[in-house]
Amino acid sequence: MSSPATRGSGRTGWSPGFLVKLVLIALVDALGVYAVLAAWSADSWGVLAAMVALLLVANWAYFTKRALPLKYILPGLAFLLVYQVYVVAYTGYVAFTNYGDGHNSTKEQAIEALLVQNERRVEGSPSSPLTVVSDGGALGFAVVSPDGEVRAGTAERPLEPVPDAVVDGGQVTALPGYDVLEYAAVLERQQEVTDLRVPVSDDPADGSIRTQDARTGYVFTSTLTYDPASDTMTDTTTGVTYEPNDDGQFEAADGTILPVGWRVLVGFDNFVTAFGDDRYAGPFVQILLWTFAFAVISVASTFLLGLFLAIAFNDVRLRGRRVYRTLVILPYAIPGFLAALLWSGLLNRSYGFVNEVLLGGAQIPWLTDPVLAKLAVLGVNLWLGFPYMFLICTGALQSLPTDVLEAAKIDGAGRWRTWRSITLPLLLVATAPLLISSFAFNFNNFTLIYMLTGGGPRFDDASVPLGHTDILISMVYSVSGLDGTAAKDYGLASALSIVIFVVVATISALAFRRTRSLEEIA
Amino acid sequence: MRRSILTAAALTATLALAACSGGAEEPAGEESAAPNGEGSTLTVWVDETRQAAVEDAAAGFEESTGAEVEVVLKNFEDIRPDFLAQVPTGQGPDITVGAHDWLGELTTNGVVAPIELGDTAAAFEPVSVQAFTQDEQVYGLPYAVENIALIRNTELAPEAPATWDDAIAAGEEAGTEYPLLIQTSTEGDPYTFYPLQMSFGAPVFEQNADGTYAPELALGGEGGTAFAEWLAEQGEAGTLSTDVTYDIAVAAFAAGESPFIVGGPWMLEQFADLDLSIDPIPSAGGEPAQPFVGVAGFYVSAQSENALLANDFLVNHMATPEAQLALYEAGDRPPALIEAADTASEDPITAGFRAVGADAVPMPSLPEMGAVWAYWGVTEAAIVSGQSDPAEAWEKMVADIQGEIG
Repeated sequence: MSSPATRGSGRTGWSPGFLVKLVLIALVDALGVYAVLAAWSADSWGVLAAMVALLLVANWAYFTKRALPLKYILPGLAFLLVYQVYVVAYTGYVAFTNYGDGHNSTKEQAIEALLVQNERRVEGSPSSPLTVVSDGGALGFAVVSPDGEVRAGTAERPLEPVPDAVVDGGQVTALPGYDVLEYAAVLERQQEVTDLRVPVSDDPADGSIRTQDARTGYVFTSTLTYDPASDTMTDTTTGVTYEPNDDGQFEAADGTILPVGWRVLVGFDNFVTAFGDDRYAGPFVQILLWTFAFAVISVASTFLLGLFLAIAFNDVRLRGRRVYRTLVILPYAIPGFLAALLWSGLLNRSYGFVNEVLLGGAQIPWLTDPVLAKLAVLGVNLWLGFPYMFLICTGALQSLPTDVLEAAKIDGAGRWRTWRSITLPLLLVATAPLLISSFAFNFNNFTLIYMLTGGGPRFDDASVPLGHTDILISMVYSVSGLDGTAAKDYGLASALSIVIFVVVATISALAFRRTRSLEEIA
Repeated sequence: MRRSILTAAALTATLALAACSGGAEEPAGEESAAPNGEGSTLTVWVDETRQAAVEDAAAGFEESTGAEVEVVLKNFEDIRPDFLAQVPTGQGPDITVGAHDWLGELTTNGVVAPIELGDTAAAFEPVSVQAFTQDEQVYGLPYAVENIALIRNTELAPEAPATWDDAIAAGEEAGTEYPLLIQTSTEGDPYTFYPLQMSFGAPVFEQNADGTYAPELALGGEGGTAFAEWLAEQGEAGTLSTDVTYDIAVAAFAAGESPFIVGGPWMLEQFADLDLSIDPIPSAGGEPAQPFVGVAGFYVSAQSENALLANDFLVNHMATPEAQLALYEAGDRPPALIEAADTASEDPITAGFRAVGADAVPMPSLPEMGAVWAYWGVTEAAIVSGQSDPAEAWEKMVADIQGEIG
């Protein structure tokens, strides 16, 4: 007994087990190093650091003798970090930024985009056949004017006529004082070529030649210039200067803003917007109440129906139990989003199967009347959800200890009494955590709402695109513009998601605490 | 950022699952790291319908330049959000297909670069270049123009109707189940209803002299109210119904249950065995019923490291009649290049859509347009179904949109 304990699990010697471990760890390391290199070449420093840390921990954990528990939980821990902790932390971070339309990227990219968007082709200027040339090291352009004259220049030297150039089919093939670049060489330096501006003359107002395809050049002037020293943008036509503001945009003294901005931290602004916009105040309360009602009723109704069927099919006197059980599982086998979509068709007012066939052509507005739509959502969710509850209740019922039930019978308890005092509490011990998870799931049951009603019918009295069957998560989806009905605002969406996370986490924590009292019975 | 989360997830998954997974997935981001030179790679995002046509054009491009073109197939709905999310991380494509009404969002987020069409601009249908123009800069290479029109089953209705009432009368005379089909649904369909709204003189935004839009709402006023009241009347008369969805309308027309349907070239596949004629949409309010024109085109990423190749590919290889006709064969929409459109117009159906499109107005590409869609359709649907008072609901809608735009 004592020798394994002192040896721990760190196998030594060249036993088969150790060899297997060595091979597996070598595989992990190989892939890890590959991933590190990939992250390196993609400049993803965060991923790189995380990979290195994980690799070091993995190697240490599987070769040391002192980390037996870690050997078992490390893979799970790694998944938890990546899929849960990182996602929540990143959402939390985005909630404090203004990431969204108009603030989509970094400041460098915003500046670049603004400069590019504000270059104008000089009106009436010709498009000239262009050849990329080099003057020793510096790149330059040679353009052929409409009258056949060839002019060349570089970024430093404005265009000047070059005599004795050889022109073939509009393209310059030889130029004294310059080397003509082959297409492949141009491609190698395409970033430089597209960035190159060759001034037309000494006067910057005349504009400069640029090209986008290395075949044709145009004269452009810039209406915006950026000064890195003072970090300001200047409009050259009006002379107005724009300075970066706290919202991640360039703003002039009179408050006008340049369209492209960048991502910055905005503190609690998103949370203030989430609760401060009075257009949302009324609908928010209604939606919050409905979300709770929807989640609670869905859990209760599916659980009760599932439990009832489980008890009924658990009775040995019932014939063909297997057939029934199989049939009951069927709704569970259809993907939820598909079922919701099917139901939205079945419930169509004029052409749906329910009205047309089952109700003999009645025109019942299942999905467009506020009350009926809510009932429809609950009904469809009941249809979708009860097989799951049926499954877990069947399992729990079959594992109930028979001796306790017998003891109750001997003590003279009736059926109802036995069920209420013995069966149900024991059942709840097994199913309570699943009920809590079911609540959390339904609280965020976006698929059902989105596919069945799309949140409709709309509130008549509200000025926002929200409806009677919207729950919090589908509200987040439309409020933050992810459905395309408003400007996208990932910051606001994240802030609202964090709020939902807190609500669900609190309720789950409280509920789990309550279930402990159930366990005392068992 | 999304990509880097995915990468992180994929990498960690490979790490943890290394023991059981033989072949690890290729992590993303390799193409940008590859050395330039002969092996320059141009990445193009396309959706299913244009894949083959773009691949054909790419083959010619590869031959003449030696550069490689990687055509990546994506869902059309995913392209816009993925492009917006991935371009800033440097992981996006060099070129993507897209619709012109994305333009406002793409430029506000700084993810597209302008394209200088130069003298080729004159070779395109003016409306197509105009649609991709913002602030005097062109941001896309157009390849197809699409718009709706009145599709007529010539067996049931031999003549094109001049007005809406004529159409309804002709439809009733035909004795079919529906006098006229127009998709509505409970969410409304403002895109399909727009020509009718235009016939009451109520455009969605003010239009500048050059055809671009200014972000000032114009759908209120007398014209808007008149249109709303007309919707209510038609809803009551049963000629418009929120129960008619796209699928129901198309199926009914294909089954010969109506002589007319308002729709676009994307429906034609289902009507293959009908004898069709394409007519202008009949006016309901007296003024011309101009539909929206949507222009499909190619955008160049603002962060492309192959900008030169990308522009060369678009301006010199996709703006050719062959490439545009190949795209036309694949998608049935009239080409944007006039020469190609002339060839395609040998087909009377395409010519019909093109003729209607010539008088149409471009769909606004302003970022403010998103807010309009959210309220527009449901309000129309509520008026048609008789749930709301037309004038009041329309007025509230205009106020709500104004509140959203700010």
